[in-house]
Order: sequence, then structure tokens, then C-alpha cells
Amino acid sequence: MSFVVGLIAIGALALIFGLILGFAAIKFKVESDPIVDQIDEILPQTQCGQCGYPGCRPYAEAIANGDEINKCPPGGETTIKKLADLMGVEAKPLDAAHGEESVKKVAIIREDECIGCTKCIQACPVDAILGAAKQMHTVIEHECTGCDLCVEPCPVDCIDMVEVEAKPETWQWNLDSVKQNIHKADTIPVKLVE
Amino acid sequence: MSFKVAAAPHGHSQKKTNQVMAWVVFALIPGVLIQSYFFGWGVWFQILIAISVAYLAESICVWARERSARQALRDNTALVTAVLLAISIPPLAPWWIIVIGTLFSIVVVKQVYGGMGQNIFNPAMAGYVLLLISFPVQMTHWLPAAPIAPYDLGVWQTLHTIIFEYTPAGYDVEQLRTTVDGISMATPLDGVKTALDQGQILSEAYQLPMMGALAGIGWQWLNLGFLLGGAILLQQRVIRWHIPVGFLAGLLIPSLLAHVFAPSIMPGPIFHALSGATMLGAFFIATDPVSAATSDRGRLLFGLLIGLLIWVIRTWGGYPDAVAFAVLLANLCVPIIDRYTRPTVYGHHSGAKHDAE
Amino acid sequence: MQDIKQFVESGQIARFPGGIHPPERKQPASEQPLRRIPYANELILPLRQHIGVSGQCTVREGDHVLKGQPLTDAVLHQGLPLHAPTSGTVKAIEQRPMSHASGLPEQAIVISPDGHDQWRERQPLPDYQQRDKAELLDIIQAAGVAGLGGAGFPTSQKLAQQKPVSYLIINGVECEPYICADDRLMREHARDIVLGMRILAYITGADKTLLAIEDNKPEAIASMHQAISEYSDIELRVVPTKYPSGGEKQLIQLLTGHEVPSKQLPIEMGVIMQNVGTAFAVKEAVIDDKPLIERVVTLTGECIEHPGNVWAPLGTPVDALLDFAGFKPEQQQRVIMGGPMMGFTLPITAVPVIKTTNCILVPSTEELPPPGDEMACIRCGACAEVCPASLQPQQLQWLAKAKDYPALEDNNLFDCIECGACAFVCPSEIPLVHYYRQAKSQIRNQAREQAKAELAKQRFEARQARLEREKEERLERHRKAAEARKQMQQQKAQDAPEQESNNDGKSSAVAAAIARAKAKKAAQEGGSAGSEASDEATTQPRPAQDKSAAVAAAIARAKKKKQARDQEDKQ
Repeated sequence: MSFVVGLIAIGALALIFGLILGFAAIKFKVESDPIVDQIDEILPQTQCGQCGYPGCRPYAEAIANGDEINKCPPGGETTIKKLADLMGVEAKPLDAAHGEESVKKVAIIREDECIGCTKCIQACPVDAILGAAKQMHTVIEHECTGCDLCVEPCPVDCIDMVEVEAKPETWQWNLDSVKQNIHKADTIPVKLVE
Repeated sequence: MSFKVAAAPHGHSQKKTNQVMAWVVFALIPGVLIQSYFFGWGVWFQILIAISVAYLAESICVWARERSARQALRDNTALVTAVLLAISIPPLAPWWIIVIGTLFSIVVVKQVYGGMGQNIFNPAMAGYVLLLISFPVQMTHWLPAAPIAPYDLGVWQTLHTIIFEYTPAGYDVEQLRTTVDGISMATPLDGVKTALDQGQILSEAYQLPMMGALAGIGWQWLNLGFLLGGAILLQQRVIRWHIPVGFLAGLLIPSLLAHVFAPSIMPGPIFHALSGATMLGAFFIATDPVSAATSDRGRLLFGLLIGLLIWVIRTWGGYPDAVAFAVLLANLCVPIIDRYTRPTVYGHHSGAKHDAE
Repeated sequence: MQDIKQFVESGQIARFPGGIHPPERKQPASEQPLRRIPYANELILPLRQHIGVSGQCTVREGDHVLKGQPLTDAVLHQGLPLHAPTSGTVKAIEQRPMSHASGLPEQAIVISPDGHDQWRERQPLPDYQQRDKAELLDIIQAAGVAGLGGAGFPTSQKLAQQKPVSYLIINGVECEPYICADDRLMREHARDIVLGMRILAYITGADKTLLAIEDNKPEAIASMHQAISEYSDIELRVVPTKYPSGGEKQLIQLLTGHEVPSKQLPIEMGVIMQNVGTAFAVKEAVIDDKPLIERVVTLTGECIEHPGNVWAPLGTPVDALLDFAGFKPEQQQRVIMGGPMMGFTLPITAVPVIKTTNCILVPSTEELPPPGDEMACIRCGACAEVCPASLQPQQLQWLAKAKDYPALEDNNLFDCIECGACAFVCPSEIPLVHYYRQAKSQIRNQAREQAKAELAKQRFEARQARLEREKEERLERHRKAAEARKQMQQQKAQDAPEQESNNDGKSSAVAAAIARAKAKKAAQEGGSAGSEASDEATTQPRPAQDKSAAVAAAIARAKKKKQARDQEDKQ
């Protein structure tokens, strides 16, 4: 008899706690971004494809499905660190097979050499190149992510990737760079003191 | 060539870190002189061995970690650690005691954690605790102070004892501590504690031969010497008042209350203040900034915690003195103390927000 | 609000936490009367002088300009115009190194003075009270007046806030060592400053004006005291000497007993602050119609023979100032723009005086020893003791070195005013402020990059959508075309039941097309030797041939380049 009472009591308890848990799961549900969105948020959105996927979102989906987090050269170390935090895995060095982290660059078209073939326009993942067939093209610098994808298709090789110039307001207080900075303006009558 | 580039501010005030550390050592001098007067030449040998071992260990570690040795040796932190440990141990302890303690302090407690400024425990006290629990016999063999000591050891006899563990005449330290009538002399803290544990009352315990006018013979002066050193540090603004005041309040207020309510079994504040390592701990050990809390309120709390722990351990614990244990336990609490005593930043006071609305 | 009023009316001076007392060293520079310096051979006027966007250049190289003539146009009230400090010709508009710690170049207008110092037409306005506030704001904006005490925020923008102002605070504290530009100005031009204060009070509608001066300037206090005696709503508040009492937030705390809430402007608590130099500039702009073309600069330090304060036309190169004052450089000389606490070193002296330049300090190594080796932090807490913002500098330093940016923001890094008190007292000589500046600029850069990434994502998604749409449209078109063809065929089939003849026609069309293609190929291969092909074939491919030749040439060029590059790489 006592065995049956015990059984019923435990069963009832299980039922009650189950209900409470179930209720809590609905009532206190934490709305969070799906993991892919969170990863996508971290990626630099250059859409450069150096990771081997056609754009940042596909790579985000791949990471969510278990791909490595160190395939993004434009994001570099900071991105890997953030991804590691999010995914709860160990941060590792950038996979050199996908390229190296380098200074920020922007594409510039040497406009007098452009033949107006529109191939770069088709290649640009963020529509940052302006132009039409047989018209000279130009890059909207502000929108360019420096992904490099327009350089290859150009038949006359008139696109250069140039480093983004440091400006006083984006300068990172690297005092060692000062000595080089002062030589950046070409026509300065610099009065030097021995 | 162009002009020199430097970061603001241009100019600097106050003592540098190495000078701060040098002041700490300087302020220890009165206490060390008194210790040497009452407890013999041993302390000088211990200091000498400790400093040599500390600098050697520091050099090797810094070299192995590929850091600038010149800078690491110049900052005087190893010097402070070595001296503090050397004056904490019994002056006649065998040489390998101080060597092991110093090595542990410098290599494990300090350098393994990343060197100066990175250690979470007070190196000298961690070294002391290691020695105390590993070699309890050697670490509790304090000789009675000079006026009541059965033997008076000269320089050579002291050195011989430290190196060979017995005097040239063949006495070992245990025999040196024993009076003619065959009773070995404990430290005042130990003696009073044992007497109380045996059911004697305080007034009986205070009749013990090692007890002086205020506290133990020799020890009371030793503590006053470190108090003087502490005053020098405060005057030089090397340390701030929060930790010593918290420390002494945490120790003396409970002992005063206990003494008032149970005068026959609870030693009073004066006994606590002038026994064992109280003053050394309050002004020189707990004030080690690296392993202490950082804000003023945090430091007061940190000191209070140490004082309270010392009183609790001295009263109910298994060890007669407790400065080292208390300091290490408080070191463990530093992160949480720091977290909850962070001062409110400008513009974040609730009043300020309220006014804006 | 009520609390603030009560506090201010009681005339008390509150305290702020922390602060330091570095050696003041205002003498001997503060004892010399203001001097004028001759115009330099060229005046360099960077288009951007202060926070915000630069104006549009309105002059061209070779133009002749008159003194006070605007050189740039402010865009949409965002920036401030720039004026010619004297008459002369525009020698160049080019990149010049900036008066900035980085030494990076920026676009600048270079003027060579003609020596006549000829003014443009001026319209003095002695009775400013007849004009309405908006008009005066426009005048101040057009005169290019910026905050002369600190970051150079456009004065008109600060004044244009549509919020009630109870107290106008005029900052004559000048707490940084060495600097005595405001001190000198108050001693010699007290009446003009007070006029400027009246104009500012009129524009803001402040109930009361509080003039704050540190107690180490008795002469300036006496002179200002006399000048304000006839106005009942101006009160002089003498604050005790302590660095950084002159910081905007600190001074507000001293005078009102209240803190400016984090991430808010003083205007939210009914307070607005202007520097005495700015008040003077406002007076000149409104009453004399003289735009901001010069300012007082302290020239000081032991490496100068004749320290003192000068009226320096904007754009005067620093080396001209130093020559004027007798500069004797020593080994490892530092040239500091600003004071010893917050100033920055100049790598070269070919940079100009700008609107925010208040001091050029050339110290000897004895008076301001260069920083020693940085030692490890011992958490001594000296920095926290002196921090006027009650921050934990040692904690911030660990986090900055670890590049833990979220934690830095949690620890209120952005409430740091970069006063340098912490680094000044640090026994380990850690350049704390430098670490904070680096961390701040990196956090700002990350935010910028985040914004850019967001934009790139939007554009990428928009492009994907567009490609998708275009593809669908194309498919739709094809489908429609196919349908139409089908219908036509069906119709044809119905119209002409004789299938065979139709088939014949079709096959002959195909044969003709093949022939045409062959001819084209032959033409391409054999050039003009296309005699076998029909006339039709030879005439048509011509343009195509030209084009393909051009393309081929371009490709060849590209290939050659690539080859050359490969070879370079190999080498």
C-alpha cells in the first residue's frame, strides 16, 4: 500500500514540477537572435569571399553548422576573438590558407585606363562601383569594403587597392608613427633642428 | 632630426616605485634594530641570506621570462619581500628555511603569476605560511628575549647555529630555548594561549616569565619599533592610513569588547596590539599595494577583515599568531572587495541624474 | 534645479574629488605685457581647425585677399568659416602638417602677407541690444568664433541650444601650469571681456553670470573685479588653486555643487560655460566686426629667452613664434603645444597656430624631466586618489592593455577627461592617459567599422535582392517570349498547313547562318584574306574586328603586366 502511495506522490510531484517548468519555459522565454544572425553581426561584412563562401552570411551559416571560426582575414584577430566568445570555443590564429590580415584598403580605378567593360561593377558585392557600359567607372570610396573582388575581373588591370590614409581623427595615438606622418605631405618646407 | 615626441603629461611628481619600496625597507630599520637587540644577531644573517637568494632567483626568473633584468632588479620589490620574510622567521632558523621561503616567495608567488604587480598573494606571507606548515618545529623555535634568555650568543655562535643547527658548544636550538629548570620558553602569544587552554585565567597567564609590563618581554618593544616605522611611512605618504587603521580596528575593537565581557579569559587590546607580528602586519605587510584592495573604502574593509581574522584565529584557532593566514585570506577577497567598493564615477551619482530630470 | 539655485545663491564653492598641485610656473611669462608679433612670411590656415566638418574653400591660388575676408564657407551651420588674418595673396592650397599630435597633414590655405594689412569693409555694431538673438548668433558664426579654452567647439552652436539657461559661467580659471594667456587678457582687456560677457548673457538669457578665476591670479582678479562692479548680475567667484579646476565639469561642480550627469551637456542643468578668451572674441566679432583672426598664445619654458604672451595671427608657424621669443633648443628638445598636463609634442615646428592653440611650451630637461622607463603597476592607488572623475585609473590601465573594450566602457572610460593627473602621480611612470587615448580611439574606430559593416551588409543584401529580382524578370521575359513564339507557331501552323515548304525554309535559314559564322571565323583568322566568303560576310565583321583587336591589345597589355608582376614577385 505504502509503495502505491509513494508512487502516486512522486508521480504527482513530477507532474506539478513538469507543469511549472513548462509554464516557465513559455512565460520566461528569452527572445534572442538566432545564432546565425549573431555571427553575421560580428563578421566584417566585406563580402569578400576569402573564407570560401559567397559572402558573410553564408559563412555565418557555415560557422553555425560547425565550420572553423578563423577563416576571415578582413575581420582578423578581433573577429576571431568575438566569435570564440560567442561560440564558446577556443580562439585560434587566423587560417593562413584564406589570406592574411592586412591594413584596411580601398579600391581606386585609374580612370583614364578604364575601358568601361562593367565587369568590376558585376563583381562588386556591395554595388560600390559606379558606371555604365563604355563609360568610365569609378569607386564610391565610402562604400568600398576593400574586398579585392573587382581587381581580378578587370581586363586592363586598372584597379588598384590602396591603403586607407590615416587622418588625425582616426589616428590611433601611435607615437612611433609620428616620424613617418610628418613626411606625408610632399611639399613641406620643413625646418629641421639639429 | 626633429623634435622629441612624448606622451602627455610632460613632467612627473612623487616618488617612483623603486623609491617607495626603498622607503619601506628604510622604515623597517627601527624594528630590526630592536629585534636584533632582543633576539640576537640572527636577524641580520637571515636578511642577508634572504636578499641574496631573492635577487638571484629574481634574475634567473626574469632572464627565463626574457624580460629586462635591469628594470626588474631596480624596482626593489624583491628587496622588500626578502627583508619582510627574513624578519618574520625565528632568527636562529636554519639557513635552508629562509632559502626555501624566499625561493617560494619570489619564484612561485611572484614571478609565476607574472612578476611585479601581478601577484594576487603577498609574497612574503605566502612564503611564511609555506614554511610554517611545512616546518612547524623550526618555525616556532623563537628564543626568549634577551633579558630572560638563558644563553647569550655571539656573532660567530649565531652564524654557526644558522648554518649547522647547533652552536659551536654543541647545543641545538631546542636546548637553547630551555631554561635551567627544564622549561622550554614559548613566545608570549603561545604561552598565554597554552595557559588559557589549560584552564588558567588571564591574570595567571600574565605571570608567566616571558610576560612584561604591556605584553611579552621584547615583543612589546619590537611592536613599538614597527609602529614607529609605520609612522614614518605614513608621514612620507608611502602608505595611506586606511589599511593600518582598518587592521588595528578589526583586531582591537573585538578584543576590547571580549575583554570587557570576559576579563578573565580574553586578552585585552594592548596585549594583542603589542604581541606577535601585529604592528609589522598592520604597517608593512597588509599595506603591500599589489595584493591589497585599491579604493579607500576597499582598503579600510580589507584592513578590517585582516584584523578581525587575526583576532578570531588567535582566539580560537590552532596557531598562536595569524597575521600571515589572515593576510592571505584577505588577499583572496580583494577582487570582490574591489568590485563592491568602486567609487561612483563623476556624473553617475543618482542625485546628478535626478537633478537633470 | 532648485538645489543648484540654492547653492549658487549662497555663494559657496564646492569641492571636487582628487586633483593635484603641480608647480605652477606661470612666472615669468605672466609678468610680461602682451606683445604683437610681425606677420610671418606665410600664414598656414588648415581648413579644419576644430571638431566638425571643414568648410568649403572659396578662394583659389593666386587670389588676393583682404584682412578679415572669409576664405571658407561653413556648410549648413556645421562648421565655421575661416578668415584671412591679414591682406595678401593665396600662395597655395595644399596638404600641410597639422598642429596635431599625429603630425599628419591636412588641407590648408597658405597666405603670403603683402605687408599692407588692409582691412575688408567693416560694420561695427556698438548697440547690439537692438538686434535679435538669432542675428547675433549669425554674426558670431560668420566671425568664426570657436571655444578658445579647449576643444574649439563652435561658439554659436553652443549658444544656439533652445533650452533655458540660469547661469552663464565664464571660465577664467586657467588651471594648467605655465599657461597664462587668459590671465594676461583679463589683466589688460577686462572691459572688453565684460562686454563679451554681456553679449553672451543677452544671447543666452542667463539669469546670472558667474566669472570664475583661480586664486593664484590676484592681478587678474582685481582688474576683473573693477570691470564688473557696475553690473549687479555678474558675480566673481574665486576658486582655490587646484588642477584641473578649469575643466568644464569640474568648474561646474565647484560653482553649483552638482555634477553634470554622464553623457549629458551642462545645458541640461541650466548652465552654459564659455572661456574668457571666447568672451573677448565675441565682443570683437559683434561690436568691432572683427572675425577671429588672432589669439593670445603663451610662449614659455626655460629654452626660451623672452617668455611672455603674444597676439599671434592664426596660421603663424610655430617656428616664427619661437624665433620671435628667442628659442635655444637643447638635446632631445620637446616642443609642446598646450600645457605640460594636456599638451602634445610637436614633431616639427612648421605647423601653424590654430584657434585652439593657447601655449607653446619649450621646457628644458631639468624643469620637466622626460618620462623614465615605464614600470609595472603596483596598484598603489595614487592615481585613483587624484582622479577628478573618481575613476579607477589602474583598473582602466589593465583593461586598456588587455584591449578589453566592453569592460573599459563598463568602467566608464568615456567619463575620463584626459587631464593627466593620474599619470602625473604614477610612481611607476605609466603613461596612463596615453593608454586611454589609444583605447578610446580604437573603440571609436571599431564603432565606425561596425557602422560601415552594417552599411555594407545592407548594400550587399540590396544587391542580392536586385540580382534575384532581375533574374526573375529575365525568366519572366523568356517565358513570355517563349509563349508568344509558341502562339505564333501555332498560328502559323494553322495559317499554313503545308509543313514541308516551311521546313525547307527553316533549314535553309540554318545553313545560311552556319555559312555566315564560318565566314566570320575565316575573316578573323585570315584578316582581309576573306575572298572566299561572300560580299555580305566581308563587309559585316569589320567593326567587330576593330573592336576585338582593341580588346586583344588590352588583354595583351594586362597579361604583360601580370607577367611582369609575377616576375617581380619571384624576384
